[in-house]
Amino acid sequence: MITARYHREIPQRYRLEAGKCSACGHVSFPPRIVCPSCRGRKFETVKLGEEGTLLTYTVVRVASDKFSKETPFAVGIVELSDGVRITTQLADVDPDELKTGQKVRMVFRKVQEDGKAGILCYGYKAIVI
Amino acid sequence: MRDVVVIGAGMTRFGESWDKSIKDIFVEAALGAISDAGVDHIDSLYVGAMSPGLFVGQEHLGAVMADYLGVTPVPATHVESACASGGVAFRQAYLEVASGASEIVLAGGVEKMTDGADVTEVLASAADQEYEIYHGITFPGLYALIARAHMEKYGTTREQLAAVAVKNHRNGAKNPNAQFRSEITAEQVMNSTMVADPLRLLDCSPVSDGAAAVIVASMDVAKALKKNMVRVIASAQASDTIALHGRKDPTTLGSVVTAARKAYQMADKKPADINFAEVHDCFTIAEIVVTEDLGFFEKGKGGEAAAGGLTSLECRKIPVNTSGGLKSKGHPVGATGIAQIIELYEQLNGRAGGRQVAGARIGLAQNMGGSGASCVIHILEGK
Amino acid sequence: MTGIVGYGAYLPRYRIKADLIAQQWGADPEAIKRGLQLLEKTVPGQDEDTITISVAAAKNALRRAGIRPEQIGAVYIGSESHPYAVKPSGTILIDALGIGPDVHAASYEFACKAGTEAMYVAYSLVKSGEMEYALGIGADTSQGAPGDALEYSASAGGAAFIMGQKNVVAEILHTHSYTSDTPDFWRREGESYPRHGGRFTGDPAYFKHIIGAGTALLAKSKMVPADFKYAVFHMPNGKFPQEAGKRLGFTKEQMETGWIVPWMGNTYSGSSPTALSAVLDVARPGELIFMVSFGSGAGSDGFVFRVTEQIDRVRDLAPKTRDYLDRGKIYLHYGEYAKYRRKIKLND
Repeated sequence: MITARYHREIPQRYRLEAGKCSACGHVSFPPRIVCPSCRGRKFETVKLGEEGTLLTYTVVRVASDKFSKETPFAVGIVELSDGVRITTQLADVDPDELKTGQKVRMVFRKVQEDGKAGILCYGYKAIVI
Repeated sequence: MRDVVVIGAGMTRFGESWDKSIKDIFVEAALGAISDAGVDHIDSLYVGAMSPGLFVGQEHLGAVMADYLGVTPVPATHVESACASGGVAFRQAYLEVASGASEIVLAGGVEKMTDGADVTEVLASAADQEYEIYHGITFPGLYALIARAHMEKYGTTREQLAAVAVKNHRNGAKNPNAQFRSEITAEQVMNSTMVADPLRLLDCSPVSDGAAAVIVASMDVAKALKKNMVRVIASAQASDTIALHGRKDPTTLGSVVTAARKAYQMADKKPADINFAEVHDCFTIAEIVVTEDLGFFEKGKGGEAAAGGLTSLECRKIPVNTSGGLKSKGHPVGATGIAQIIELYEQLNGRAGGRQVAGARIGLAQNMGGSGASCVIHILEGK
Repeated sequence: MTGIVGYGAYLPRYRIKADLIAQQWGADPEAIKRGLQLLEKTVPGQDEDTITISVAAAKNALRRAGIRPEQIGAVYIGSESHPYAVKPSGTILIDALGIGPDVHAASYEFACKAGTEAMYVAYSLVKSGEMEYALGIGADTSQGAPGDALEYSASAGGAAFIMGQKNVVAEILHTHSYTSDTPDFWRREGESYPRHGGRFTGDPAYFKHIIGAGTALLAKSKMVPADFKYAVFHMPNGKFPQEAGKRLGFTKEQMETGWIVPWMGNTYSGSSPTALSAVLDVARPGELIFMVSFGSGAGSDGFVFRVTEQIDRVRDLAPKTRDYLDRGKIYLHYGEYAKYRRKIKLND
């Protein structure tokens, strides 16, 4: 994990900061330069709400080397406030008890590590509430 | 724009090629296409490859292949669109001839996946690196999200997914270039190792080394060489959000719908006019969704159609993936789009042997990248 | 009046029973549970560490404090398991919570009392008028060497305290610290697991410092044990705090609410802080709380708290300590525990 690249995403990974288009109100996460809805260029920073709904999920059993010690783990698409959808791991879950439509809350967890000596990479995960 | 004809094809047998490098397999396929075409030169070449840099540490593939094929100083371009690299390379070659800029262009695709890279991680670079892959999801995982959504919305079943894999292996068993030439049963599919719930090992296309190449040329060149007129009657491409979570509905592939509409319009054809199709079955669910989004079946009925044999070689509704598809033929990523064109070409020339679709006149090839962020469709007409 | 304006705890959901650890190493489960008075302990998930625990606890503290993160002038985290040897855990917490960048941050280390150190320094900065609010956290994902006695108790969790002078929930009336060079338990740089002096950790270390700090604190505050409603002590196991309290003159009833170690284990720098948090969850206005921590090496920090009316307004604004302790438990077997705690040698 190149440190500069990780550092740039901190407001999004740690605080769920998004960009709300000043022209049409569409919320982009992560923030963008061009609004995908109206091609506008002006935005204000907003924080996404921490609660949402699980739209779909899978249980990854064969992962890349980096995540191989954590399998099986659940990953899903969650819809938060403003209709914004994110892809996120589900933490502290029994994969057999997951159902689409469950209410979830975003929490702060360690998402990955750059090996034994590289930086620790934090971010959001969802827990079922 | 001028008419463009496919006049030659060549490919390696897809599979694990421990003794051959990325250059070896590409040159083998390209020489096969050149020989089949009977041309003595090419004006330019395009090589589609998803990630030679990450798989074998080699970029600048256009120059590398022009050098090793012995065709320098012609222009040579590496084309990348994840798993649609081959199809997009073909489109570039088509446009170059159609525009009149060139007469004879080679469109090839290649991928060397078995040289030791973490394949899961490399393939994941086709998804959203920061907001999908950072969280540990894999490609099977992304298509598993689509599968679950499709199963919950339309009632598509585990058995219907398996039917796609079984059919494709039955076809691939008849394809001398296929990686897997053995049939499998639905039980084997449904008992294979779980990769990303609900997709199992036999729902997933394999890791493969392979290369494929075709030669496209102007009508004049094709006539001079006395070739069958296998013409490209449509070439269309579309894009969609990189992340699956950016789509309004994960059960529809917007890039496929858009590219299909443009292709049918360009060819002045309807879905019912297509005699057979090669579609991008990177995972069984992908074939089901794509056959719906191409308009072959009503939305939500793709699984039922597959299980009902409507896409098998024997059934006359619409044979899909007579080559064996990505599942059985193999999926050396960059080569796949070209291999699809080759199947169309062989079918339209009546050279598909045991896989021949009787009376095949119009074929469609659909190639896509990532979880559908890019899609390229070609329609070819024979005779 | 200076004291706690917001508090909150966090414990992971995973647990392992002392029985399974005993069985793994061929010890007698009943003897272990009887001797240490430990039944089970918390285990951090693979994606949890001192930083994620601190963030969760601090979020709860912020909810109760009702202040904006930017108002916090200092962030101190005390732990024995800071994820980085060089890079304070607080630097990540700050960005996670939207504190700073005009803020001071530091990591504290003093075996099990690093948390109360962080609390003491945060309190002192506010008391001296240097800043309006300061955050002190004790959190750990402590590691017990396989097969060692400490494996039964080393657990994970923490609590956060925002110190301030407005809307104080628990006023700090007196503090006292007591420190000496006592090598009862330590870890050399580069070592995976700490070492300890067996029974030497008892009277010459734990009891000497807790009694030393406790006695001085009572004298300083001109109070006697009977004045207090609650007493909280560092809990390396179930037995030690009960004995320490008894020697100082406290009763079992006074210690009961904070005595959560049999189900939590020893969260090291989080130990007395989480116990304090559990007490605040039920304490009434006007009640006095006596707290003395202990960190090997060795030292103790003592505090006298007086709960105010504000407790009734903030108590329910965030999950309570026992919500984390009692609910949603996920039990692991020893293999899973060893994997989560990275006790298995991987090929990397």
